[in-house]
Amino acid sequence: MTTHVGERVSRVDGRAKVTGKARYAAEHAAPDLVHGFVIGSAVARGTITRIDASQALALPGVLQVFTHENAPRLARGDKRWRDELAPPGSPFRPLQDAEIRWSGQPIALVVADSLELARHAASLVRVEVAPAPHETDLEAHRERAYKPPPHERPSVTPPSRGSADKAFARAPVRVQAEYRVPVEHHNPMEPFATTVVVDEDGTLTVYDKTQGVQNVQSYLTTIFGAEAGEIRVLAPFVGGAFGSGLRPQYQVVLAVLAARQLQRSVRVALTRQQMFTIGHRPTTWQRLSLAATRDGALAAAIHEAVAETSRFEDYSETVVDWTGLMYRCDNVRFAHEVVALDLFTPMDMRAPGAMWGVYALECAMDELAVALAVDPLELRLINYAEHDGNEKRPYSSKELRACYHQAAERFGWSQRDPEPRSMRDGDLLVGWGMATGAWESTQRKASARAVLTADGRLAVASATEDIGTGTYTAMTQIAADALGLPLERVTFKLGDSALASAPVEGGSFTVASVGSAVDAVCRELRSKLLKLAQQLEGSPLARLRPEDVEFIGGLLRARADPSRALTFAEVLHRAGIDHLADEVTTRPSKAHEKYSRYTHSAAFAEVKVDPELGTIRVTRVVTAIAGGRVINPKTAESQVIGSVVWGIGAALQEHSVIDHALGRFITHNLADYHVPVHADVPDIEVILVEERDEIVNALGAKGLGEIGVVAVAPAIANAVWHATGKRIRELPITLDKLL
Amino acid sequence: MNRFGYTRAGDVAEAVHAAAGDDAAQFIAGGTNLVDLMKERIAAPSRLIDITRLPLRAVKSLPDGGLEIGALVSNSDVAYHPEVASRYPLLSQAILAGASPQLRNMASTGGNLLQRTRCYYFYDAALPCNKRAPGSGCPARDGVNRIHAILGASEHCIAVHPSDMCVALAALAATVHVTGPAGARAIEFAEFHRLPGDAPERDTTLQPGELVTAVALPREGFAAHSTYLKVRDRHSYAFALVSVAVGLRMVDGTIAEARLALGGVAHKPWRDPTAEALLRGQRPDDALFAAVGEHLVRDARGCGHNDFKIALVRRAVVRALQQAVAGGPRA
Ligand SMILES: Cc1cc2nc3c(=O)[nH]c(=O)nc-3n(C[C@H](O)[C@H](O)[C@H](O)COP(=O)(O)OP(=O)(O)OC[C@H]3O[C@@H](n4cnc5c(N)ncnc54)[C@H](O)[C@@H]3O)c2cc1C
Ligand code: SF4
Repeated sequence: MTTHVGERVSRVDGRAKVTGKARYAAEHAAPDLVHGFVIGSAVARGTITRIDASQALALPGVLQVFTHENAPRLARGDKRWRDELAPPGSPFRPLQDAEIRWSGQPIALVVADSLELARHAASLVRVEVAPAPHETDLEAHRERAYKPPPHERPSVTPPSRGSADKAFARAPVRVQAEYRVPVEHHNPMEPFATTVVVDEDGTLTVYDKTQGVQNVQSYLTTIFGAEAGEIRVLAPFVGGAFGSGLRPQYQVVLAVLAARQLQRSVRVALTRQQMFTIGHRPTTWQRLSLAATRDGALAAAIHEAVAETSRFEDYSETVVDWTGLMYRCDNVRFAHEVVALDLFTPMDMRAPGAMWGVYALECAMDELAVALAVDPLELRLINYAEHDGNEKRPYSSKELRACYHQAAERFGWSQRDPEPRSMRDGDLLVGWGMATGAWESTQRKASARAVLTADGRLAVASATEDIGTGTYTAMTQIAADALGLPLERVTFKLGDSALASAPVEGGSFTVASVGSAVDAVCRELRSKLLKLAQQLEGSPLARLRPEDVEFIGGLLRARADPSRALTFAEVLHRAGIDHLADEVTTRPSKAHEKYSRYTHSAAFAEVKVDPELGTIRVTRVVTAIAGGRVINPKTAESQVIGSVVWGIGAALQEHSVIDHALGRFITHNLADYHVPVHADVPDIEVILVEERDEIVNALGAKGLGEIGVVAVAPAIANAVWHATGKRIRELPITLDKLL
Repeated sequence: MNRFGYTRAGDVAEAVHAAAGDDAAQFIAGGTNLVDLMKERIAAPSRLIDITRLPLRAVKSLPDGGLEIGALVSNSDVAYHPEVASRYPLLSQAILAGASPQLRNMASTGGNLLQRTRCYYFYDAALPCNKRAPGSGCPARDGVNRIHAILGASEHCIAVHPSDMCVALAALAATVHVTGPAGARAIEFAEFHRLPGDAPERDTTLQPGELVTAVALPREGFAAHSTYLKVRDRHSYAFALVSVAVGLRMVDGTIAEARLALGGVAHKPWRDPTAEALLRGQRPDDALFAAVGEHLVRDARGCGHNDFKIALVRRAVVRALQQAVAGGPRA
């Protein structure tokens, strides 16, 4: 029987994407479309005292300048403004008052016949502000840190255990170090944009760049006090998001507001500079204190973190938990606090929390290995956690040991000379470093609808997203296999709020959640189809047990006798119906509560450093991932390769620099905000380790969107130490820090 | 976008004529810098004079043995031109170290000379900046100045000139040919860009309405012993933190003639004849190179984040000189 799950299937939407047929949020056309341009505040805090838009409004073709003075008052109360992923607090409401909360906050929307005109008119709007003192420097205000209220369950810091401080003080080998990481912005290729089409009956079709069409739909419906049927949100293609699209962004509110007021179709797209006025990965200070016995067993681990949040919402992520989870240790203390600053609320960004927390932990482990004079990989094996020490329960599966062994062998780790500055390539210093990664594997409630039509085609749909991750392809594979259909006979639809409910596309849980629903609904159809087939008069399959019938190539066929077969089309035709449909909702199984569910990784990196100039080149990365069943090795490898590139960026380049005197990000374009270019990206070898897991979900798939990024930055930082003998405990590691 | 007039000029006289009398008119060549500046409302020309049809696309040998590059020859065409690649490899290397292939295909020789600084504050019209809005202040001095100048800066501006090509042209002692309302003239490369002083809004000594028509290279191209070393934050598509262009003429193991220019350190490509004099007549030697590096930064001043550039210049100069002696950059 041909199966598609597990095969290197090319993206089913690939052709549409490379031929330009795939339309993104700002590419949808509408009759009489007008364009909005956002004016952002130039200061970080203050009150708008006057907005004079007269010059702008005087230009022919300028329709309106929306400000807090003339914009309609939308819903009252924090609760109504809270989207599915809002942290505790009081969400930002565009154009609802005169207060400025961060630099770049939208304070007006100019709407005109053309984008160029709107942008020009925006430059003519005079804004007067009574500025107020602002604070944007985490380091300078760390004394204001407080414990954030709990958000989603994983962001509650687990309880400390044992007596970490005492054990630390008593232990023979200790390391303690502070690590600093900057703000990063997601910067997906596609900027945030919305095209609102006002339909003839007044309903709004909102093409939005988002990771959650239903999240945006219910948010808009609530804040505008609209009927559920009045607003439909579509995002069939998303040009990357990395978490930035988990919450509705301000441009969607502005676009809908303008469309409703003007009764015209409106498009609002952010510029690249404005992409730095939305959520970001928070700058975070950390201190790691690790202690061990002389034979390397962890005696104590203390992980303290202080991260930024905004003045109006308490964003927090799981930064410190990893230290209690990834290694066996009886004495662990966690402390995680936030400082409210005059910046926009941070947002989840690929592997939120783990990215910074595991970076600090894995660098500290490397420092501990040096202090113990034991190989860094050996130290990890000595302290290998067979169960989750935070939750005190077993893992549903954990093939991390295989990750270590396979990646180390491919990399040639055993050839490493532990002495720093000992390995050379000509005049260049060579460094080898490694690190471990972990990321949670979750399943959320999700629904899918499937329709099998008389022509033997299957259409499956769910309101999930494909943010470049390959959702279209994976779901098509899963559906095809459940009914034994060739891929060409299956279509999968997503990115429409009117479809069967699905969670936002994030947290690496889409395959586990939506994939389970797709699998389940197709299996439902399979039983229905079999039942129908067996009820047909003179059915060749009558009285066969389900396991004696196979579904293959659009046929139902007796396993024992291939001549006893019916096509799907025949069954429907003879049964006198034109289609079979069903909708199924799947939820995590009860077994979830008894197990901790994580993906794991090991990354090994080689760097070459110019000893005089400090320039660093990553020359090799080998990473092994244990992420359960791999639905599509091709798209899975793409995810991991992309993750490794991210890790290189985080280690060496990405940095949203704030001018604290101005309270503003100043590296707000892609010339100043560096991400790796091809010349920075070496050979990347991805090993997908075999891992069976019957707990996580029926498919056994754990999710691969984020795990690949977690171990890379610390592996590179550790390699830089090995090359140079210098511990740079602040990312990104730029050459000036090595001089 | 701001409303502006548009004139397509057919020859040099027409272009100069179109610009005469309108100080707010600007020439446009590849547009890779000017269009960005217009989008960000940093430049607001009253009129764009499109010079792309002008007959300035030739690379010609000169009677004195030099080479003339028309102002509209693209950066790519210069870099890959066989005469340039063989006789002036320093120029090819410098150009290819900059921007990206797409940009180099569009960017013109004249436009490259006149590209504006990449100072973060200059690029953000919401912020003060003496170069963009004279008298509004310079937030970089006490702000974020990692990419800023260590040499020749003023209290009014600490920006650097971002070009790679120009660093090579400075070392090669090129001449810039211009034509303006008052006729044609030639400007020595060292005189073309200026230091900020109290008028940072002016990057060059070009007079209003003057059009760059060509860049002329002298006969000596230092082909056997030259190098362009660019130190940057990533391996491609990044401006220089510090760059060094070196050309040496070696006779019997002795440096008979030396040229050295620095990029990323000042408001103009930084060429210091006294540093070159230290090399002349000497045998190559690391101690000598270190002394030259030291000499170059004798008046250097950091503003905090850019302090590292002082040490970096010392080291990059030594490396570049070693490479030039060896015949070119290391693989
Ligand atoms: C993302 C990015 C990265 C880059 N990286 C680098 C880099 O690493 N190194 C580097 O050196 N450069 C780099 N550049 C800059 C690039 O080299 C310049 O933008 C380009 O050389 C400008 O040439 P142009 O013909 O496009 O000029 P235009 O944009 O057309 O014009 C620029 C200016 O020159 C004036 N001008 C043009 N031609 C003439 C003329 N003949 N006479 C008088 N005035 C004239 C215009 O009026 C305008 O003021 C980068 C640019 C970008 C956008
Ligand atoms: S350094 Fe020059 S360009 Fe930068 S802000 Fe100061 S004045 Fe403006």
